[in-house]
Amino acid sequence: MDQPALKVSHLTKVFTRKGQPDFTAVDHVSFSIQAGECAGLIGESGSGKTTVVNMITRLLDPTGGSIVLNGEDITRMRGKELRKVYARMQMVFQTPAESFDPRCTLGDGIGESLRNNGRSRRETRDEVARLMEVCGLSADFASRYPHQVSGGECQRAAIARALAIKPRLLICDEATSSLDVTIQKEIIALLNKLRREKDSDLSILFICHDIALVQQFCNRVLVLYKGKIVEQGEVDAVIRNPQDPYTRRLIDSIL
Amino acid sequence: MREPTVRTQKIKKDTTRTRLIFFGILALILIICSVFCEYLTPYDPYLQDLKNAKAPPSLSHLFGTDRYGRDMLSRVIVGSKASIFSTLLLVGLVTVLGTMAGVFGGWHGKRIDTVLMRISDMFLAFPGLVFAMAVAGVLGGGLQNAIIALMAISWPKYARIARSETLVQKEAPYLKAARLSGSGTLKIVFKHILPNIIGPILVTSMLDIGTMMMELAGLSFLGLGAKPPTAEWGSRMSDARSLLSSAPWVTLSPGVAIFISVMIFNLLGDTIRDYADPKSRGR
Ligand SMILES: Nc1ncnc2c1ncn2[C@@H]1O[C@H](COP(=O)(O)OP(=O)(O)OP(=O)(O)O)[C@@H](O)[C@H]1O
Ligand SMILES: [Mg+2]
Repeated sequence: MDQPALKVSHLTKVFTRKGQPDFTAVDHVSFSIQAGECAGLIGESGSGKTTVVNMITRLLDPTGGSIVLNGEDITRMRGKELRKVYARMQMVFQTPAESFDPRCTLGDGIGESLRNNGRSRRETRDEVARLMEVCGLSADFASRYPHQVSGGECQRAAIARALAIKPRLLICDEATSSLDVTIQKEIIALLNKLRREKDSDLSILFICHDIALVQQFCNRVLVLYKGKIVEQGEVDAVIRNPQDPYTRRLIDSIL
Repeated sequence: MREPTVRTQKIKKDTTRTRLIFFGILALILIICSVFCEYLTPYDPYLQDLKNAKAPPSLSHLFGTDRYGRDMLSRVIVGSKASIFSTLLLVGLVTVLGTMAGVFGGWHGKRIDTVLMRISDMFLAFPGLVFAMAVAGVLGGGLQNAIIALMAISWPKYARIARSETLVQKEAPYLKAARLSGSGTLKIVFKHILPNIIGPILVTSMLDIGTMMMELAGLSFLGLGAKPPTAEWGSRMSDARSLLSSAPWVTLSPGVAIFISVMIFNLLGDTIRDYADPKSRGR
């Protein structure tokens, strides 16, 4: 039972482009997240955060390294096996509006994972309504299309979708950065509530630029700089006593 | 005060809608006519009446009669089945098959994509109608073979559109989200990719109906399509060529029928393109 919820070892991504030198976007990243833990991943724009989580969710093939989810190696999984894994791992995308099919309603999008996991149409509809209420959306949003809602509403729908299948690991790729502070607070409160509700079984990997928010919300922090993890540890410890020059600069810039 | 720009935009949108309804109804009438053509003919289109051969248009025979005294109006109406129906069948088939090939290639990428695109290049390298004539010639005449020949020359266009649209959609975040929701390839293709790429493809096929009708009539005219006694328009025109000076109505009436139907379908295609263009549609 002391298996980490997620263990990533030496994850590497090298982008090769024609006529240009290879670009190592993620370089031997290793970390693990315990069950019930909330880890923050911070780093400046372009440091490779999205690339890391795209590899963890297997939407992008890693160049090297391994990804182990609850003791199960998913690095090379494909097809049906991988689809089963997605019932335990979900992600809120960095661009919520574009992560919904423009031709499908939000309700369809939120319920898609339920339908794919054998839930009936009726069950799905009820569950979608419940999820939307949990995420602070009124029921009529289920029949709206992505272009008919605001960014914040779409963000909530994206969170509802990620929670629909009751994942054990939730990855939030800047789930709050496009929102204003008050709504950001609400979403954090929502995530906090979910964490407590679920007997702290839900692990979260929370990507964000904002170290203050990470301090508030996360147990642990990973600092990514130019594709490498330069520092990781308890949030307060890292903030009080940063070892790496980049982390120091990051913290100094806020204080 | 209303701004003038807002008003012009409104007016434009309205005409698109009206035009769509208008041409849609006209096209529908044509299609219904072709379905029920047997019941719409004033005379039996195959009934010969040699006494009355080559009669010019009159009240009893609006389009005149041909060299065997058959009523031209009835023959034109009956010909709509072969002409319009085969055209729609042709366009439908080529849309479905071309789109399937394009989506397949675009989705799989890599080698399958390269092979498919090279094959379509090969088909595109020949001048279209000449190639169709060659294919129809090799297969032998007949409406069915003419359809196959025209499919052979027109599928690459659909495959290319479908492929490039698929490539765009493939990178969209919502497809990643769909994968993360546990949707399999089939569901992703049918529920997410197709609805998002079908717009431009449908517009192309609507615009193609007119062209295809012409080409099908052209092949028939050259004797590579419909065979007598089928009253297909193109083959009728060809058949009556020699009568052009003595009884022009025999050639002209199917010609006018082709002209009108091609025009209606082209205008409908244009209108649908305007309608599908998001810039002219204020959603
Ligand atoms: N498909 C790709 N091909 C080539 N380079 C890429 C590709 N995707 C990302 N990169 C590069 O990898 C680096 C990391 O990108 P990534 O999207 O992971 O950054 P990020 O940390 O998520 O940034 P942000 O905070 O702006 O979202 C960037 O320099 C980017 O240009
Ligand atoms: Mg990112």
